[in-house]
Amino acid sequence: MSLLGSGALGRVVRSGVGRRRVQTTVIAVACMMAVAAAVIAGSLIVATNAPFDHAFAKQHGAHITAQFDPARVSTAALKETGRLDGVTASAGPYPTTTFNELTLVGRSGPHSDVDDLDLRAGRWAKKAGEIVLSASFLNSPLKIGSVMKASGDADSPGLTVVGFALSSARTADAWATPGQVRALASKDSPVTSQMLYRFKSASSKGQIAADRKLLSAAVPSGSLLATQSYLDTKHSADRGAAATIPFLVAFGVLGIVMSVIIVSSVISGAVGTGLRRIGILKAIGFTPREVVRAYVAQALIPAVAGIALGVVLGNVLAVPLLADTAQVYGGVSLSVTWWVDVVVPAVALLIVTVAALVPALRAGRLRTVEAIAVGRAPRTGRGQWAHRTAGRLPLPRAVTYGLASPFTHPVRTAAMLLAVAFGTVAATFAVGLTSSLNAVGSAQDPQDRADVTVVSGGAVQNRGPLSPGAARRAPSVDPAKVGAAVKAQSGTASYYGMTRTDVTVAGISGSVEATLYQGDSRSGSYEMISGHWITGAGQVVVPTRFLERTGTRIGDTVRVTLGKDTESLRIVGEAFDTDNDGLSVHADMAGFAGARPQVFQIQVKPGVSPADYAAKLAAVVRPLGADVLADEGSQQDGMILVLDSIAVLLTLMLVSVAGLGVLNSVVLDTRERVHDLGVCKALGMSPRQTVSLVLSSVAGIGVLGGLIGVPLGFALHGYVLPVMGHAAGTGLPPSVLDVYDAPELVLLGLAGIAIALLGALLPSGWAARARTATALRTE
Amino acid sequence: MTDVIELAGAAKRYDNAGTPALGPLDLAVAEGEALAVTGPSGSGKSTLLNLVAGLDKPTEGAVTVAGERIDRLGEHALARFRRERIGMVFQFFNLLDDLTVADNIRLPAQLTGAARRKAAARADELMELLGITRHARAYPGRLSGGERQRVAVARALVNRPALLLADEPTGALDTASGHDVRELLVELHRGGQTLVLVTHDMALARACASRTIQLVDGRLSLDTRAEAVR
Repeated sequence: MSLLGSGALGRVVRSGVGRRRVQTTVIAVACMMAVAAAVIAGSLIVATNAPFDHAFAKQHGAHITAQFDPARVSTAALKETGRLDGVTASAGPYPTTTFNELTLVGRSGPHSDVDDLDLRAGRWAKKAGEIVLSASFLNSPLKIGSVMKASGDADSPGLTVVGFALSSARTADAWATPGQVRALASKDSPVTSQMLYRFKSASSKGQIAADRKLLSAAVPSGSLLATQSYLDTKHSADRGAAATIPFLVAFGVLGIVMSVIIVSSVISGAVGTGLRRIGILKAIGFTPREVVRAYVAQALIPAVAGIALGVVLGNVLAVPLLADTAQVYGGVSLSVTWWVDVVVPAVALLIVTVAALVPALRAGRLRTVEAIAVGRAPRTGRGQWAHRTAGRLPLPRAVTYGLASPFTHPVRTAAMLLAVAFGTVAATFAVGLTSSLNAVGSAQDPQDRADVTVVSGGAVQNRGPLSPGAARRAPSVDPAKVGAAVKAQSGTASYYGMTRTDVTVAGISGSVEATLYQGDSRSGSYEMISGHWITGAGQVVVPTRFLERTGTRIGDTVRVTLGKDTESLRIVGEAFDTDNDGLSVHADMAGFAGARPQVFQIQVKPGVSPADYAAKLAAVVRPLGADVLADEGSQQDGMILVLDSIAVLLTLMLVSVAGLGVLNSVVLDTRERVHDLGVCKALGMSPRQTVSLVLSSVAGIGVLGGLIGVPLGFALHGYVLPVMGHAAGTGLPPSVLDVYDAPELVLLGLAGIAIALLGALLPSGWAARARTATALRTE
Repeated sequence: MTDVIELAGAAKRYDNAGTPALGPLDLAVAEGEALAVTGPSGSGKSTLLNLVAGLDKPTEGAVTVAGERIDRLGEHALARFRRERIGMVFQFFNLLDDLTVADNIRLPAQLTGAARRKAAARADELMELLGITRHARAYPGRLSGGERQRVAVARALVNRPALLLADEPTGALDTASGHDVRELLVELHRGGQTLVLVTHDMALARACASRTIQLVDGRLSLDTRAEAVR
């Protein structure tokens, strides 16, 4: 037997769906929005859950990337290592060298049994003079056709960028033909042989160590120069992905709660306003079960349509977001996981059915006479006290009449209040989240705040992609002369020298990146989570993860070694620095005799054009071998832009659903009160007064919803942000956490009123336009 | 004596194909006159009342009330016209259940923007006049039909309208209450109130009206003037 059973029941359902067009539309749209939001959030959660794993599996990524000394081990012997017990696949050997501080690997094509590269743009290098860059350079100033030179020397070899490729295991920064790599080799950058391996067991650090031992034992002693484990890359990628999950879950929960509120309120409203119809149905012979089925079906028909559209919309909207996410994670193309498209609509359908069933059962239980009587009788005394009280307010009568209206239907008002409150929570949370993410973005590269940068030479370990200007810089100059030139240049407000280099820190195995400063570096200081920025020699500022890893606290001392210099530095601050997996230190250059500034970061005086200043300074420092870069403004981090887009999209959806909830309730209310409105209009209430009556009936709910929603959104932000930070392995500075100011909170509070008024705007117009004579005839 | 109502060829069609629900009709009602509109169900009585009240617009002809061509007015102007010039009494009272008797009566005055005190004083005066002062703070649902209709009359008179329209004012009342309301309307007419009364009840028409018209199928079939009311 079908859900609708007899033909009569089917006709009743169809007429119910058709007659209540607004409710039908609201159910469909609310379900569509909620399902679309859930599909987006769900697919992103799945995608961000293991972006590295997806990409790694698809590319048959290398578990171990090994560098061998070709002088000690032959190509044949290296190929033989691919047949070792436990090795499931191998590729190489590939000649490898360093070009412009990039690891350049010689491969004749992107495809291979291991590390099957994904060519994201352009083509593969076919001949000498061509280079393919890692996809991580896609957002850099380097484009296809750019020429990269090893140094500023005129006769320095140049390579033209012909493509961008992605290696999930990050086996190289760039690729060229094997012949080109060998041609670029020099005494300083000799050729090594890269081998890529996949192992039967490689899921833990212990297994990787055992695999490495196996390789080491298979080749002559000293020929295995270095290995890189995929687990290090995976760890770094997963940390970034983990940070997004709390935020997506928060939005997902908000979306689900909203859809439950809206659907149950719509069906309850349909039952509440359809009592007389229910009574008539029963009087003409419908059984209670048929009434229940009729009302559930009236909800399910638009809900199913809305859910189906929501799946389509969710997929359409998720694809570009997933593409951006894939780009950020450097992963392969991501798509909505099939089971998200099955589970989300199934759960939504279940929720709608339950939400509809409760009021439908109430309809089924209603006694026939009671239903007819309740449908016709004058209203009970609910809310009369409110009308009495509101009537005394010094406001126009239409407004006071409207203000008291919500008290007539406390349950419907509560549902409307919840919808507005949740909409305000979403808006408040999203505004805070985007502000925090933008604060994270601007806090991440404080040196970008400099108006002008002078590159004075030496090896600069840029964290981001190398700029063409940096790529052309001279190999070595005298930093002292450059510093003197900067100081003497008119328009200089302040400057400091900076260098990045690897140091060792007692208690941490391997190297740690150190940024050493010369002069007053306050203008380039990181955002501080606690403590303060370095103010002189003997001090060090470290990120959260450094403190966790070393078990140290602010005030403790760490021993830092650079070359022959070892300094005991006191930790004076915890900085918000997430680069290098949070393992870095910031200290004054003074204690390290071997360190020299590689760049000078300059702030110009107010009114001085950085471009003009840079041009004048360049004329002075270029003859010294240095180069000048005017600041082009830092680019927003890709992940931040993705999260911003998702937050805006999900918020718009949730706010729209909240507005629909209000719309539905006001439509029900207006329909129920149409006779009273007709009376008021017959007595001379103008259309404008009618609009103000309807709008003021939701204004109080909007105010209250704002008052509830803003603190909740504020609290949600205060809870989710630290969880996101924790998942990313860092504490957060006040500039990221304390993003709301009082005027902004007041404006967000007004969002509740805005949602309520926008939701009520359409029905208020209908009420104003309703024909008085028709309204007076309405029972 | 000037005409308060003037219909010139006024007709109302609800569909283009069929015959009009009312008219074309020429009708004039003078100031101070009490007109009873009678006729069988579907004869166009309520349509006529709606046209005069500005609740509906004619599809043909002109409707002038208290010197104003109301068929040309927009919704806002019609609303202002209704609250300033028209008082309406309905068969089923049409009181607002969630407002007290006093608040119901004050409502039209408040919609005109009248001062709170002035509206309250006028409502008190009318409640006193109609004998419902003791119900001022009660809600309509607790009153008898006759009392509710008195409240409706008080509400209709609060803005001192040029024209009082009553649609089957005794139709929902028992005999005693109906008699009370009839007496009230007679008193109002005697006081000079121009009145249009739509009714099936010929006794009510005879008692209250100085002139009776009968509509059949939307057309005027009878127009009689009484010597004097009662």
